[in-house]
Amino acid sequence: MKFLSEYRDPEMVIQYVKEIKAITTKPWTLMEICGGQTHSLVKNGILDMLPKFITMVHGPGCPVCVTSVNVIDEAIYLSEQPNVILCSFGDMLRVPGSKKSLLEAKASGADIRILYSPLEAVELAKSHPEKQVVFFAVGFETTAPANALSVVHAAKQGIKNYSILASHVLVPPAMEAILGDDENKIDAFLAAGHVCTIMGIDEYYPIAEKYKCPIVVTGFEPVDLLQGILMAVQQLEKGVYKVENQYARSVQREGNAMAKDTIHKVFTISDRVWRGIGNIPQSGYEVNEQYKLYNARLKFNINIPFAEENKECISGDIMKGLKKPKQCPNFGTKCKPEHPLGAPMVSSEGACAAYYHYASVDDVLID
Amino acid sequence: MYTQSPLYNNLYNHSMLPKIKMNLQCPMPKFDFDVITMGHGSGGLLTHKFLQSGVFDILKNELLDQQHDGAIFELNGKTAFSTDSYVISPIFFPGGNIGDLAINGTVNDIAMCGAEAKYMSLGFIIEEGFTMNEFWEVLVSIKNAADKANVKIVTGDTKVVEKGKGDKIFINTSGIGSIHPKANIHHNNIQKGDVIIVSGNIANHGIAIMSLREGLQFETEIQSDTVNLNHTVLKLIEQFGNDIKFLRDPTRGGVASVLNEIAELTQLSFYLEQTFIPLNDAVEGACEMLGLDPLYVANEGLFLAVVKKEIATAFLAQLKADENGLNAAIIGEVNDTHPGKVVMKSRVGGKRIVNYLTGEQLPRIC
Repeated sequence: MKFLSEYRDPEMVIQYVKEIKAITTKPWTLMEICGGQTHSLVKNGILDMLPKFITMVHGPGCPVCVTSVNVIDEAIYLSEQPNVILCSFGDMLRVPGSKKSLLEAKASGADIRILYSPLEAVELAKSHPEKQVVFFAVGFETTAPANALSVVHAAKQGIKNYSILASHVLVPPAMEAILGDDENKIDAFLAAGHVCTIMGIDEYYPIAEKYKCPIVVTGFEPVDLLQGILMAVQQLEKGVYKVENQYARSVQREGNAMAKDTIHKVFTISDRVWRGIGNIPQSGYEVNEQYKLYNARLKFNINIPFAEENKECISGDIMKGLKKPKQCPNFGTKCKPEHPLGAPMVSSEGACAAYYHYASVDDVLID
Repeated sequence: MYTQSPLYNNLYNHSMLPKIKMNLQCPMPKFDFDVITMGHGSGGLLTHKFLQSGVFDILKNELLDQQHDGAIFELNGKTAFSTDSYVISPIFFPGGNIGDLAINGTVNDIAMCGAEAKYMSLGFIIEEGFTMNEFWEVLVSIKNAADKANVKIVTGDTKVVEKGKGDKIFINTSGIGSIHPKANIHHNNIQKGDVIIVSGNIANHGIAIMSLREGLQFETEIQSDTVNLNHTVLKLIEQFGNDIKFLRDPTRGGVASVLNEIAELTQLSFYLEQTFIPLNDAVEGACEMLGLDPLYVANEGLFLAVVKKEIATAFLAQLKADENGLNAAIIGEVNDTHPGKVVMKSRVGGKRIVNYLTGEQLPRIC
């Protein structure tokens, strides 16, 4: 398929693997930020092809995985209110809240719809004026523009029965939280190509500088990932730490101005609790004052008790790269995709689910 | 099975969909009602008239014409028997509708046993308010599919449920037929060294339905592959007999699920080469956009065969000469390196385990 097959070319893959092997003299630990990158690495069997010196750990870039149990509970609460239609991306439905998941709420009669785009939710609100339509707006900087746009569209059309439950998270603060952790083991980052397509790469220069950590903005196909790994290892072997852009076919330094404008029009930066990690200051988006009529948290009196995370799930350590899924005592036993203890086993981009579904043939990646 | 939120029904614009070509010999009879009402399932006069002028006339054959509570017939020797329920939504889709799907699906299940479906039952559960026009379209498709598969519908049932208690129309079919004398299809026959063959492009049906629901359009329309496979399969059995070890149509759960089931049952390893798996470009593109893995996507006119290595080339050649096997391909082999597992060599040369799917494939966020 055009524009994809070029980046899945087996000969180029072999060439990059050879080059990585040739230049690697020491063990290095690299973190790919995005869950989409994790899945591509595992699904294509790339982890098996890398030299043993290179350890890939899987970052927090899975919005489903980092959404806190309290936010899931908020969404479930809203879905159970009379006359509310809760719309969500499909991934969120199986994630366990403190008592149940949205899928279970749906089975018990809550009106929950799976959508691909928040703009569909606006249409739904338009066609159901007697209902309150709430969109569960999760995601990183990638989904923020479309979610913000839905609010702008609703406001323009005077649609009053639409709101969003914003649970947006931001990549750079999470990278700082990981690098600032006393137990940090990460030598270099593969930054998330799609996030940088929207936001540009300027935010990463101070991080690379402050933590002396190479950051390579990387795409998602096998050739992208291997090229990104090669660029990061080249920096590590030379002892330099720069921001480089492997994904230049999509990412420009300044990002997408129109998308950023839309985000800034609707959202304000706020603190956010990350599942398994805890509160990270200034690491999320919330609906701003101007659009407060579209903030579901203000529109509904969400009255639910604070819920603790499931202690049996070590998702925080996994997302900080301190542990691998197979090091969790519950992996594949008490915790399976059909009965997940935590979100990384649920989401298609979660590290645990990736290991579970696409396990390496020789189990080398789960040692 | 495709469950879906009611939203899709709202978004689903029936007028956009290709209409089935009506068979000119089957003009719609004059019904007293434009829509199906509770009375059509009451068992009274309305039911009688509806069945007489609707169902019996179009599906007529000597066994159905007896209008008895059940059909009485003889079968010879070993027999295959199968049932399936069809609840697909939307009921009309590019390449078919719920009617031909309900016939082909059960005919194919019987074919995978090494038999040719001879007789079928047909049960309707219709939601009140379903239009006669749509019902007629479905019925004509049923007739055409049954004629093509050379199977007779000999008994049936019609129930009507209140508005909101169903989703337009649900169909159940059962089929029965004699096993071909040369057939010996059983997973126990599979051995190390056997070859895995797929009869065509994978994932077409599931993606045709998903594209329709999501309003995705492609340069070439993706069509469901729904078709009866019995003639194709029986010709292969006639030629290759018990060198065909195993047959299965990978419907729900797709190719990966079937292979996982037989890997588990046989405790052999099923080794696939990703680059060998035939996949239509548009389907591959849709899978990329929707975040779906084609190995888990449903098929309706496709089968997997595990055959003895010595006949694999000849089997493939005969299959490729058949209208239902033009894109058939050898996709892998059976070995004993990873007992009970499906292993795939990825297109870039890495290897991974292809696992069971948990629940539905849900669309991903970014």
